[in-house]
Amino acid sequence: MMNWTLALPEAALACAGLAILGAGVLPRRHDMFFPISMAVIGALVLAGVLVLGQGDGAALAGQYVSDAFARFSKVLVLIGAALALTLALDFNQTDRDLARFEYPVLILFAAIGMMLMVSANDLMTLYLGLELQSLAAYVLAAFNRDSERSAEAGLKYFVLGALASGLLLYGMSLVYGFVGTTSFDRLAEALTAEHAASLGLVTALVFVLAGLAFKISAVPFHMWAPDVYEGAPTPVTAFFASAPKLAAVALLTRVLTQPFGELSAQWGQVLWLVSAGSMILGAFAAIGQRNIKRLMAYSSIGNVGYALIGLVAAASADPAVRSEGVRALLFYMAIYLLMTIGAFAVLAAMRRRGRPVEEIEDLAGLARSDIGMAVWMLVFMFAMAGVPPLAGFWSKLFVFRAAIEGGYVWLAVIGVLTSVVAAYYYVRIVRVMFFDAPGAAGALDARPASLTVVMAATGLFTALFSVAPGPLLAAAQAAVAAIAG
Amino acid sequence: MLAAVAFYAFSAVLIASAAMVVVARNPVHSVLFLILAFFNAAGLMLIAGGEFLAMILVIVYVGAVAVLFLFVVMMLDVDFARMREGFQRYAPVGALVGGVLLVELLFVLGSWRFAPEAPGLRLSPNPGATVGNTEALARILYTDNVLLFQAAGVILLVAMIGAIVLTLRERPGTRRQVIAAQVARAPAETVVLRQVPIGAGLKNIGILRPPPAAEEREALSEPERHGHGGGHH
Repeated sequence: MMNWTLALPEAALACAGLAILGAGVLPRRHDMFFPISMAVIGALVLAGVLVLGQGDGAALAGQYVSDAFARFSKVLVLIGAALALTLALDFNQTDRDLARFEYPVLILFAAIGMMLMVSANDLMTLYLGLELQSLAAYVLAAFNRDSERSAEAGLKYFVLGALASGLLLYGMSLVYGFVGTTSFDRLAEALTAEHAASLGLVTALVFVLAGLAFKISAVPFHMWAPDVYEGAPTPVTAFFASAPKLAAVALLTRVLTQPFGELSAQWGQVLWLVSAGSMILGAFAAIGQRNIKRLMAYSSIGNVGYALIGLVAAASADPAVRSEGVRALLFYMAIYLLMTIGAFAVLAAMRRRGRPVEEIEDLAGLARSDIGMAVWMLVFMFAMAGVPPLAGFWSKLFVFRAAIEGGYVWLAVIGVLTSVVAAYYYVRIVRVMFFDAPGAAGALDARPASLTVVMAATGLFTALFSVAPGPLLAAAQAAVAAIAG
Repeated sequence: MLAAVAFYAFSAVLIASAAMVVVARNPVHSVLFLILAFFNAAGLMLIAGGEFLAMILVIVYVGAVAVLFLFVVMMLDVDFARMREGFQRYAPVGALVGGVLLVELLFVLGSWRFAPEAPGLRLSPNPGATVGNTEALARILYTDNVLLFQAAGVILLVAMIGAIVLTLRERPGTRRQVIAAQVARAPAETVVLRQVPIGAGLKNIGILRPPPAAEEREALSEPERHGHGGGHH
């Protein structure tokens, strides 16, 4: 029973991608970036609508699964991709070399990869989805090909990404060797408690974890992130920090809770260390940064650490704590996605006389020259620091609560302490914007309208989330019921 | 009987040409022997009942890989005599590594056990025995794993887009053929008919070449204007 219509969103997006690619190539013109970007945003929205109408079940020989968890992640992935592309609309058009129509097409194909990742029900689907997303990401990182830093970012990402893929594949082949199947369903059947944790299988699991930890840039596989985030063009960095990270975290969650659910005692310890390490490094390494994109890279490493607290709680023996943990994780990633894109919209608007600037000092005196942008940035920075009425506070609260209920008190303590440290550098940006005198170089350029739209949309969500938290919480709850209920 | 003869013939030629690949002094000959070896291996596959593998061997290895080798060998000026210079110096190390590998191989083969079902399976190369192995492979590839197959195809497409995006640069001043413009040209724009007086010659009428087309005229007038300017100074 193939039941391929279940995978309609991916199929439709892939067909749209091919058509859009053709529409970009054939006219032989140089101004196709804007129309193609609009077409891609349209295709992403269409795919989102199709995802909302998707049914439940496994399809395509059990290699693909559609459930509430996958749909929740897919909608967020598509929102992230569409917003990241909107961010690029004006940014790319000021630089002739960035305004090429392949940019939106690559984002579209990366989105297909991410959708496959969160819908994977087989180690092979997992790998192909991950590789599709990664390959598009390597090219996007190097997209500004005349910039040495961009080329370096692309090459570094590619080489280290290939290494991570190698680790992941090695782990997957070991899993296949020990269990004899790659299907998640049959892995879950085979790995029952009595003969689950053979030493070889645990080794294989560690390799798989290492490969996936690289993709979400968690400590100790984070070393690529600051360089790549700094070198890649700002809209590309915004994309890296948002949708792919959410997709990889969702994928990790599904892999660990479904096929390897019985090995939670083993992966729980590993993730505890990864989570604590990411939070600590993200808090302390960001303090000395002057480049704001590097700072956001360390911030995203730290945020992955906080999100993984939820996954550590999902290793608990108590089913209630498990679902609490996964829910906190999904909730955290959803809010992180929108907060990050908003902050990057501000970074993308940072230009002086047409040239992008990236130092924290360049924001000095922003409150006097552009109070609107300064206020949005204040909202995002306070939300990331976890200041109470904003969305970032609730997401942190949920993961800490899940950790305490699961008995991981130390992890929660580390989380709270590193939040305080991280608050220092978030608040420092606010101080620079509002209280520092503008530098000699003059004020920043006026921000383009498309970035204002992104800032306002994500900013309103972040600021007013507490007014109506119901829908997101309900959606996260439904998603959790599908995999950890 | 016939199959046995074919088997030994193919095997003998295969081994001989494989040996020649290593021994031949001229690298082009090596590649040609490699192609011969591939063809004979394909013949062996046919005898064993693997017709799909036989065809794919010819198409992929002979058609693509070996031809690629041939291109590389012919295009790169590799001095094979110099590459062999250090043979005597490196021979002991090479022999040592080869010896270790041989011992390992013997260990592996020494503890090799055939599964009891293996001889039976070897006689039926087709898994279901109701379909040919091409069809059986096609079912696995295009029916069971269609999602993976298509995803792999999209990955290759992205790799191709990436290679083009990162490396293709349009040079300024390249002249492209615009077929539509060529077809749309009317005879009146290109051909001039004049009555030429007998014995007068073309020079006196002032036509040695057709009048330049609009954009060419513009390109021509540019340096001319500069020339006039210089004259006035």
